Amino acid sequence: MSNESEGNFVTTDGRNIGGVMMEMKNITLRFGGVVALENISFNILEGEVRAIIGPNGAGKSSMLNVISGFYIPQEGEVIFQGSPRPSLKPFEVAHQGIARTFQNIALFEGMSVLDNVMTGRLTKMKTGIFSQMIWAGKAEREEIENREAVEKIIDFLEIQAIRKTPVSRLPYGLKKRVELARALAAEPNLLLLDEPMAGMNVEEKQDMSRFILDVNSEFGTTIALIEHDMGVVMDLSDRVVVMDYGRKIGDGTPDEVRNNQEVIDAYLGVSHD
Amino acid sequence: MLYREAGDYSTSYPEDSQTFPIKFDRYRYYAILAVAFLVIPFFVNDYWANAVLVPFLIYSIAAIGLNILTGYCGQVSLGTGGFMAVGAYACYKLMTAFPEISVMVHILLAGGVTAAVVTLFGLPSLRIKGFYLAVSTLAAQFFLVWMFNKVPWFYNYSMTGMIGSPERTVLGIVVTGPATDAWAKYMVCLIFVTFCAVLARNMTRGSVGRKWMAIRDMDIAAEIIGVNPLMAKLSAFAVSGFFIGIAGALFFSVYLGAIEVTEAFGIEKSFLVLFMVIIGGLGSIFGSFAGAAFLVLLPVLLKNLLVGGLGWPTDLAQHLYFIIAGGLIIIFLILEPHGLAQLWRVAKEKLRLWPFPH
Ligand SMILES: Nc1ncnc2c1ncn2[C@@H]1O[C@H](COP(=O)(O)OP(=O)(O)O)[C@@H](O)[C@H]1O
Ligand SMILES: [Mg+2]
Repeated sequence: MSNESEGNFVTTDGRNIGGVMMEMKNITLRFGGVVALENISFNILEGEVRAIIGPNGAGKSSMLNVISGFYIPQEGEVIFQGSPRPSLKPFEVAHQGIARTFQNIALFEGMSVLDNVMTGRLTKMKTGIFSQMIWAGKAEREEIENREAVEKIIDFLEIQAIRKTPVSRLPYGLKKRVELARALAAEPNLLLLDEPMAGMNVEEKQDMSRFILDVNSEFGTTIALIEHDMGVVMDLSDRVVVMDYGRKIGDGTPDEVRNNQEVIDAYLGVSHD
Repeated sequence: MLYREAGDYSTSYPEDSQTFPIKFDRYRYYAILAVAFLVIPFFVNDYWANAVLVPFLIYSIAAIGLNILTGYCGQVSLGTGGFMAVGAYACYKLMTAFPEISVMVHILLAGGVTAAVVTLFGLPSLRIKGFYLAVSTLAAQFFLVWMFNKVPWFYNYSMTGMIGSPERTVLGIVVTGPATDAWAKYMVCLIFVTFCAVLARNMTRGSVGRKWMAIRDMDIAAEIIGVNPLMAKLSAFAVSGFFIGIAGALFFSVYLGAIEVTEAFGIEKSFLVLFMVIIGGLGSIFGSFAGAAFLVLLPVLLKNLLVGGLGWPTDLAQHLYFIIAGGLIIIFLILEPHGLAQLWRVAKEKLRLWPFPH
């Protein structure tokens, strides 16, 4: 399978896939008696779109939570950009250049769209509280620089018109887009998307797919995404990890995975939600 | 045509993020400042200073402080009275220990001392949230008042257990002690209010403010964008404490002159300032002023109207005050958590579009 071939190739559409960005080694995660992840290993290559699929409860979200530091696995190792990663707190993971969205939208409901996206820049904003108090000078300059970066993302995701709208007033599909904007504002090296298209209508799904592909090709951002819709996964991803009951049952290109008998039995054969 | 946004476009990001993006608002703000600094000092008398203006200004500072913590960062505190007492006692100890240093410096330092103390009481906030945190700040309130009563060092071993503010001058003008003129009290408080409001506004419009609001709205999401929850919460406690400490120091040194801690900084103070923040609007600097104005003015108004005008007994007017204040708090909590500030915003939004609402 192609996950053994370690990177450095150019895809048919001309994107560069590089070396290994992140490697999960024998990850086991238990909640009391429940084994959410059982001895899972896979890697994410620089510049690729990596999908994680599997039925509900398979452990996909748990996997992302391990990567972003919410869950600490009982066994196994995370190797990030060549070196083993100690167990980090989620905010420390963010400072390493890993951003994410959540399965259930996690926006700041009391703030406007613009402020939400601006929060995505917090890892880049370093002026201390005393400069902030004075504002004129350092703090103001930093605010403007970051505002400019954020406006680019806002244009990119076509949410200019709702810039000043309180997030709580937005419909579901737009909220998902704003959450993506906030994650992109951090200019991450690795972007984790937990079911970015769940609950969307066809049109919204198409928009979102387009944005994900554009992010990957224009910014070169490495993306790991969880998705239910097989069609979407086939279109979007370079390689797919298939999970079931906390185990990895398949790994490879969409075509390889589609033809894997175990995967067909466990996942494609059964109807899901 | 009174209030117009049309033709008033922001053409740059700094313009777009100013405090008052609409020109009309900006002019009104300068006008208020001009009246406050250049007109009122010449007309203010003892009654207006002591009954209305000075308490309004001091409570505004305290409300800004609590609003940073509760309104912006989402950490409910019932310790405001006790924290104000820290500011008052720090100011007293500094004034008596270093009489040669300006009292203005002492008031600022009292804010600093309070910031440190409040940060200490904020440490549990990393582990406990909401109701339980409120209870722990309530414990701080009772502990602090008890401590200032029990440890004679704090009141310099005076027989009465009270602390009194010695006379101090700024630029030759008496600002503390019984001989202080009304306008001088007013001016000192006005200077500190302006100072605190500008600092608060600056912090809340930039990255620090966004960190606080992120923690308030969803702490898990805040962590994922790189906010260290401990640092964000503790900085809110510290900044809040700084303002509340300044308010306490002014309350003691400039406003009352002599205090007994249980009476001046009891649990009622904590609730009073919390109600100001709720009525004025959580997460709004303007709301802090509105809430303070409302709860300072309401009893004065009721007293003048009902007792002075209609000849009601004083206690009846006071009960009416409690009923009105209590009712409003319930209404605001249920219907409009953003308080008077939000009502004001909605009214402005309507006005902007008037007379063509569509
Ligand atoms: N915080 C948690 N505490 C206990 N069990 C959990 C927790 N998070 C996930 N699980 C369990 O781990 C398993 C995998 O869940 P999850 O990763 O959310 O699946 P998926 O995202 O693939 O639908 C489920 O059985 C779930 O109940
Ligand atoms: Mg999930």
